[in-house]
Amino acid sequence: MATDTALHEEDVHTGSDAWSGGKQPFKASYGKLMMWYFLLSDAFTFAGFLIAYGAMRFSMPTWPVPDYVFSTAPFGIHNAPLIFVTFMTFVLIISSVTMVRAVQEGHRENKRGVIFWMFLTILGGATFLGCQAWEWTTLIKGEGVSVTKNPFSNHFEGGTYVSADELKAAGFIEKDIAHGGDHGHGDDHGDAAHGDDGHGEGDHAHKVNTHYYLAPGTADIPENRYYTKMDHYGKEFAGESFESNTPYLITYHSDGSIYENGAYRSDEDGQIRKEEFGPKAFGALFFFITGFHGFHVLSGVAFLLIILVNVASGLYVKRKNGYEMVEKIGLYWHFVDLVWVFVFLVFYLL
Amino acid sequence: MAATNLVKPDYDPALLIEEQGYEDHFHDHHHGDKYQSSFITHYIFSQDHKIIAKQFLITGIFWAIIGAAMSIIFRLQLGFPEESLAWLKPLLGKWITVNEAGIGTLDPQFYYALVTMHGTILVFFVLTAGLSGTFSNLLIPLQVGARDMASPLLNMLSYWFFFLAGVVMFASLFLSTGPFSGGWTAYPPLSILPQASTGSGAGMTLWTVSLVLFVVSVLLGGINYITTVLNLRTKGMTMWRLPLTIWAFFVTAIIGLLSFPVLASAFFLVIFDRELGTSFFLSDIYVGGEALDRVGGSPILYQHLFWFLGHPEVYIIILPAMGLVSEVLSVHARKPIFGYKAMVYSILAIAFLSFIVWAHHMFMAGVNPFITNIFVVFTLIIAVPSAVKVFNWITTLYGGNIRFNSASLFAIGFVSMFISGGLTGIFLGNSAIDIQMHDTYFVVAHFHIVMGIAAFFGMFAGIYNWFPKMYSRFMNETLGKIHFWGTFIGAYLIFWPMHYLGMAGVPRRYYSFEGFDAFSHFDDMNKFITVSAIIVFGLQILFVVNFFYSIWKGKKVTSKNPWGATTLEWTTPITPGHGNWPGKIPVVHRWAYDYGKDGNEYIPQVLPVSEDESEAH
Repeated sequence: MATDTALHEEDVHTGSDAWSGGKQPFKASYGKLMMWYFLLSDAFTFAGFLIAYGAMRFSMPTWPVPDYVFSTAPFGIHNAPLIFVTFMTFVLIISSVTMVRAVQEGHRENKRGVIFWMFLTILGGATFLGCQAWEWTTLIKGEGVSVTKNPFSNHFEGGTYVSADELKAAGFIEKDIAHGGDHGHGDDHGDAAHGDDGHGEGDHAHKVNTHYYLAPGTADIPENRYYTKMDHYGKEFAGESFESNTPYLITYHSDGSIYENGAYRSDEDGQIRKEEFGPKAFGALFFFITGFHGFHVLSGVAFLLIILVNVASGLYVKRKNGYEMVEKIGLYWHFVDLVWVFVFLVFYLL
Repeated sequence: MAATNLVKPDYDPALLIEEQGYEDHFHDHHHGDKYQSSFITHYIFSQDHKIIAKQFLITGIFWAIIGAAMSIIFRLQLGFPEESLAWLKPLLGKWITVNEAGIGTLDPQFYYALVTMHGTILVFFVLTAGLSGTFSNLLIPLQVGARDMASPLLNMLSYWFFFLAGVVMFASLFLSTGPFSGGWTAYPPLSILPQASTGSGAGMTLWTVSLVLFVVSVLLGGINYITTVLNLRTKGMTMWRLPLTIWAFFVTAIIGLLSFPVLASAFFLVIFDRELGTSFFLSDIYVGGEALDRVGGSPILYQHLFWFLGHPEVYIIILPAMGLVSEVLSVHARKPIFGYKAMVYSILAIAFLSFIVWAHHMFMAGVNPFITNIFVVFTLIIAVPSAVKVFNWITTLYGGNIRFNSASLFAIGFVSMFISGGLTGIFLGNSAIDIQMHDTYFVVAHFHIVMGIAAFFGMFAGIYNWFPKMYSRFMNETLGKIHFWGTFIGAYLIFWPMHYLGMAGVPRRYYSFEGFDAFSHFDDMNKFITVSAIIVFGLQILFVVNFFYSIWKGKKVTSKNPWGATTLEWTTPITPGHGNWPGKIPVVHRWAYDYGKDGNEYIPQVLPVSEDESEAH
C-alpha cells in the first residue's frame, strides 16, 4: 500500500539508505513476493514427497528400470525407451519459453503479444496434460500398473529383463497349454490377453492356446498352476512365440485366483532364481507424485485461462503495471516446470 | 533508575503524524469503505486485520474451553477411577458406561479420543491459530505502520479456512464411532487402518480433512505476515527498529511456511494409504492374526515427515509468546529490552535449529543410534539461544520500575514457566536418558510447562496488554490478578508432580493403572493433579468471563497510550478504524525501546530525534 516512494525526507540518524517504505527490500511488489513465498512452501511439499520417494526406493532391494516401464508411445511405438516422456518434457519446457515471451510482451504493454504467447503456453500445458493422460491410461489399462499393483519386475544387475534365449539356456521348457475361462487368470487381465476381441457371454468358454516356458522341474505342476509368458509391459502374448534378444517376464498364477507376481531369471552360473515382482510402492509413488504435479499443471492451465480472458478484456491495460498478473502466473508456471525436472529425474532417469 | 524524575513526553501523536507523517492517499481511494459497509462485511467476512484478529482470538477461546474441558473429563477418569461419572451421561451419552452398581466410567476408546482431541485442538487450533493468528493479525500492521495486511482478502480466507477446519473437527466429535483416537501425532497404522480402532474410521477421515484445511489457513496467513513485515513497513521502520513482537511473528511465519507444507505432504500420503490402498506408511501388519497385503512402506517415514513439522511447530507456538513477553516486559518494566539484537539473533538461531532437531521425538522409534547422537547435539544447542533470551528478560526486569499488572505478571510467569520447562527439555534431549523417560509423565510435564502453560502465559500477557487496543476498554485488574496467581500456582501444582510420576516410569496415555502395583502409590498424586486441574480450569472460566464482560462493560480507555508505550499502535485513535490512522501514516524515527532515555519516561517511535539527544540506538 505504501508504494509512493516520492517522499524522500532524510532521516537524520540513519543516513542515505534509510528505509522509505514501498517495494523494498526485494524491489518487488507484495503480490509477486507472495507468489514467491507460496512457491517456497510448495517446494517443501514436493520436497516432502520426493524425500519419501527416495526413502522408500532406497529401502527396497530392487526397483523397475524406467527404460522398460516407459517405452511405449502412441501410434503403436514400442521398445522406444523414454521417447514419449522426452516429448512431454520438451513440450512443458517450451511452454516455459513461451511464458517468458508473454511476460516480456507484458512489460512492453503489448496486449496482442501477451495473448498470443499465453495462448501458446496454454496449448503447451494442455498438450502435456493430454500426454500424461495417455501415459497413465497406457500404464493402468495396458500394462496393469496401479497404486497397489506393479507388474514390472525387478531389474536385474545388468539392467536387462530375461529373454527367451536366456530362459531356454536356463533350462525352461517350452510348452503350449490351452486354457480358458475356467481359470481366474483369464479374468484378471483378459484385456491385455485378448486385445479387442470383446468380452461377450461366450468368452468364458473361449480357450486360448498359450505358449509357456515352464521352469525346470515344474512340468508336473497342477493344471491351475502354470507359467505365462509376458512381455515386459506385463501383457500376455497368447499363442505367440518368444523372440530372441527380447526381454520377457515370466509370471505365474496359482490357485486360479491369486496373482503371484514373480519372474524367473538365470544367473550367470545358470542357476534359476525366482524373483519377486517390483515393489508396489513404484506404482503408488508414480501416480501420487506425477498426479500431484499434473494437478499443479491443471490448475496452472486454469489460472492461465482466467488471466488470458482478463488480458483480452483489457483489465491489465487499465492497471498499467506491466501485466504483473501475467508475471505472477509466469512464476508459478516456471516453478511447475522446475518441479517436473525433478520428477522426471527421479522417475524416468534414475 | 529513579523513575520519579522522568518526564513524560509532551506530544500529540495525531498532530505529529499530521505534520510529519507520510501521505499515501489511502483515504482518497477508500471512500465509503467497501470493507466495512455492512454488518456482514464488517464483523463476519471482514478484511480488516483488527477484526480478523478478534475472530481468531474468540474462535481460539472457544476451542480452548472445549480442549481444556476434555482434559478435565479424562483427568477425572484417571484421578478418580472408582467414582461415578454417570452425571456426564447427558453430555457424553454412550461413551459413559454405567455398571450394575451404578458406577459410570468413561469408555476407554473415548478416553483416547479425548486425549487425541485435547492435543490436536490445543496445539493447532488454540496455540497456533489462536495465538499467532490473533497477535500477528492485530500487531503486524499496527506496529509496522501499515494500513492493513498485504492481502486483506487472503487474510480473510486464512481465518475462514481455519473456521472450516474447526467445523469439520467439531463435527467429528459427534460421530457414532467417535473422533480420531490415535494420538495427536496420528502415527500409522492407527491413522491409516480403519479397523485399527473405532476412531480410525470416519473420525480420522474428518481429522485429516480438518488439518489439511488448517494447513491452508496457516500458509495463507503466513505468506501475508511475511510480505507485510518485509514490504509494508512505514517510512523509517527499518528491520532493526521493529519491535520484538514483529520479529517473532515474522520468523514464526517463515517457520510455518517451510514446515506446514511437509505436514501436508505427510497427510496427503496418509489419505492415499487410507482411501486408495497404497502402502506408503504400512508394512508387515497383522490384524487378527492375518497378515495384511500392505507391504513395503515405512511408519518411520511418516514420523520423519510429521516431526519435520512437529518440532518447528513447538517454536511456531512459543516464538509469538516470546515476542509478546519481550514487549510486555519492556513496557511494564519501563526499561529498554536488554540485548535487542541478541534477542533477534536468538530468535533466528532458534528458528534455524528448529529444523534440524526433529528426530529427538523419535529416539525410541528405532532410528539409528548414531543418527540420534547428531540430533542430541543440535537439540542441546537450542538451549543456548533460549538461555540468551531468558537472561535478557531477567536483565530487562532487573532494576526496572515494574508495574505489576495482569499483563506483566503473566509475562514474568512466562519466564518462570519457560525456565522450568526448558530445564527438563535438557533431560529429554539426551537420547540415553530418553530411554527411561520417553512416553512417561515426565514428557507430559515437560511439554505442558514449556509450550502449553508458557505459551498460554504469553498469550494472556498479550491479551491483557493489548485488550485496550482491541476493544477500547481495560480488562478487570482484580480478576486478572486472581487469574494469574491461581493459574501460576495451579499450573505448577498440576505439572510438578508429573515429573515424579515420569521418573518412576508411569507411562502416559494410559487409561488406568489398575493392576500396575508399581504405580498404585501414585493414586493420591493423580487425585491431587486432577483436583488442581479442575481449579485451574475454573480460573480460566473466570478469565473468559472477565474477557467478555470487559468487552462491553470494562473500564473505558481514555487516552491513546494508556501504558506509555513507544510503538506505533498507540498512536492510532483509541478505536482505530479501517486503515488504522485517520490521515497520514506515521513515520518512524527510532527503535521501539527508548524508555528512560535522557530523562524522558519514554520516547515514542514517531518522535523525531532531537539535536541534543544522546546517541541513538
